[in-house]
Amino acid sequence: MGTTTIFDKVRQQPLMALFFFIGLTIVIFVIATLFNLLYQQLVLNPDNFLAVSRDSAVLRSIWLTLYTSFIATLLAMLAGIPLAYVLARKNFIGKQIVEAFIDIPVIIPHTVAGIALFSLLMKKGAVGSVFASLGIVFQDSMWGIVAAMFFVSYPFFVNSAKDGFESVSPNLEHVSRTLGASQWRTFFSISLPLSFRHIASGAIMAWARGVSEFGAVVVLAYYPMIASTLILYKFNTGGLQESQPIAVLLILICFVTFICLRLLSNTRRR
Amino acid sequence: MIHIENLCNTWGDTFSLEDISLDVKDGEYFVILGPTGAGKTLLLELIAGIHSPERGRIMIDGEDKTSRPPERRNIGFMYQDYSLFPHMDAKGNIEFGMRVRGIDHDERARRLGELVELFAISPLLSRDVTTLSGGEQQKVAMARALACYPKVLLLDEPFSALDERTKSRLIHEMKALHHQQRLTVVHVTHSQEEALRLADRIAVMMDGRIVQVGTPTEIFSHPATMDIADFVKVENIWAARVKECTHDTLTLDLYGHEVRMARPEQFDCTEREVRLLIRPEDIVVGSGNRTSARNRFHGMIMKVEQRGFYHVVRIDCGFPIVTVVTKNSVEELRLREGASVDIFFKTTALHVVSV
Repeated sequence: MGTTTIFDKVRQQPLMALFFFIGLTIVIFVIATLFNLLYQQLVLNPDNFLAVSRDSAVLRSIWLTLYTSFIATLLAMLAGIPLAYVLARKNFIGKQIVEAFIDIPVIIPHTVAGIALFSLLMKKGAVGSVFASLGIVFQDSMWGIVAAMFFVSYPFFVNSAKDGFESVSPNLEHVSRTLGASQWRTFFSISLPLSFRHIASGAIMAWARGVSEFGAVVVLAYYPMIASTLILYKFNTGGLQESQPIAVLLILICFVTFICLRLLSNTRRR
Repeated sequence: MIHIENLCNTWGDTFSLEDISLDVKDGEYFVILGPTGAGKTLLLELIAGIHSPERGRIMIDGEDKTSRPPERRNIGFMYQDYSLFPHMDAKGNIEFGMRVRGIDHDERARRLGELVELFAISPLLSRDVTTLSGGEQQKVAMARALACYPKVLLLDEPFSALDERTKSRLIHEMKALHHQQRLTVVHVTHSQEEALRLADRIAVMMDGRIVQVGTPTEIFSHPATMDIADFVKVENIWAARVKECTHDTLTLDLYGHEVRMARPEQFDCTEREVRLLIRPEDIVVGSGNRTSARNRFHGMIMKVEQRGFYHVVRIDCGFPIVTVVTKNSVEELRLREGASVDIFFKTTALHVVSV
């Protein structure tokens, strides 16, 4: 009996083989772009990279990016979990319109989102003026960054959490109720744990989306500078020489954080 | 135990439960039998409190539970997919109800021990429930449903996901459990076999209505309407004319043949056109006159076909008759297509339905 070769497999599943090779081009494109950047900094110019890595302004900026995105994700979870649950479990008039509004931040240009947020949250804006009277200012502040990141990232969380709740059979909740659990107890003991994978995945995606945001943030809160704003500033003032190492540092930190979060959510799932 | 009064509920734009009234006695095994889409599960979920009825009243053990949430009805519920919590092991599933009710550790352990012994599920306790077989899942789900001593056990198609052998065994075990624990059970199914083997009484449900309530014999041998007769597979349904109606006997004209039967209590003697029904298994096939049956016909076999462990024999007696016989009878009586046979049936086996 002969062994099956790769050519035999291609002959058996020609469509799958073709799709595999077409799909591979996307992966190669991403890897080539990132590898080229990393190679130029880590191999060809390590001294410059190490110097930037020790620059406190750069580290402050990256730290600001990471934790503001974290706060935005927490807010998205806080408001998004109830919304996702209602959308997953209830049919009501106008539900499709609500769902369309949830997706709007994904489809509009983020500078447009920034302008819209600025109009609402600036010190003289309808909402911004109320918050300003309470001492919370969005214009050129950390809260402005959080608001912009929240606006562009919550759809990723809400849609993922909604998929998660939809994947939990309502029968499990019904049985839980008949066994004596209240709606609250059922939600926290059955629905939420069983949707954990989707919720964690949505939170990771929302956090990553917040970290990568630039357009909306730069309109609402140019200062304090998050990493993306700093990279553009350095590119405009010092070219690739000054912007590239910050970009590489951000990639490395985000990549490691992203992998850790994924592993953590998979461990919890198991 | 359960008293349902004029229950109405709509489901979406197209489906509704209409004016359901039922009484289930204490300790009774009550089966709601009906075709898919009849509204059986919705009725069960209304009893459980999962949905609120638009009108009507549900009393359990003398208390009005119509507006009580499911967690305050003290009922056990089991869906056809068993709905075990996949993020808990079997023990976690069984103990869930006791935990949420705040039952202390010692009492939980005692009750768990009882249920483990009752269902013989000791080896399953630490198993991931997604790895259990259908029969094992059902036992764990039953143990979970019974853990908090529910007043009523509601079962939604509990055997539909099982293979024939496991199903047969578990139906037997369910019967024994019902007898032993003196449970009040409401069991929803479309399976006539389950209804026949388990039910003390059956309610037939069609298009959102309860159309007949009675013992298995009443439902299967004396269906109230043509739709029920069709659903419970009474294959012999003939148009007949009433020739004579006395206080205890009914004489009918069936395609020129005279048929005599016991007169049903509620039969109105002014009716002339009726449908005559008899179940295939109530017809005796043979030859000669050695029988006490009053109704005897001669005919020719049109077809003999195997159906499971039995053979279905289609006979032309001037009108079509379907009967079932065992394999031995087919061989001993030499039942072949074209053969002449006599058929007999007792007057009590016949049933009439108004047109």
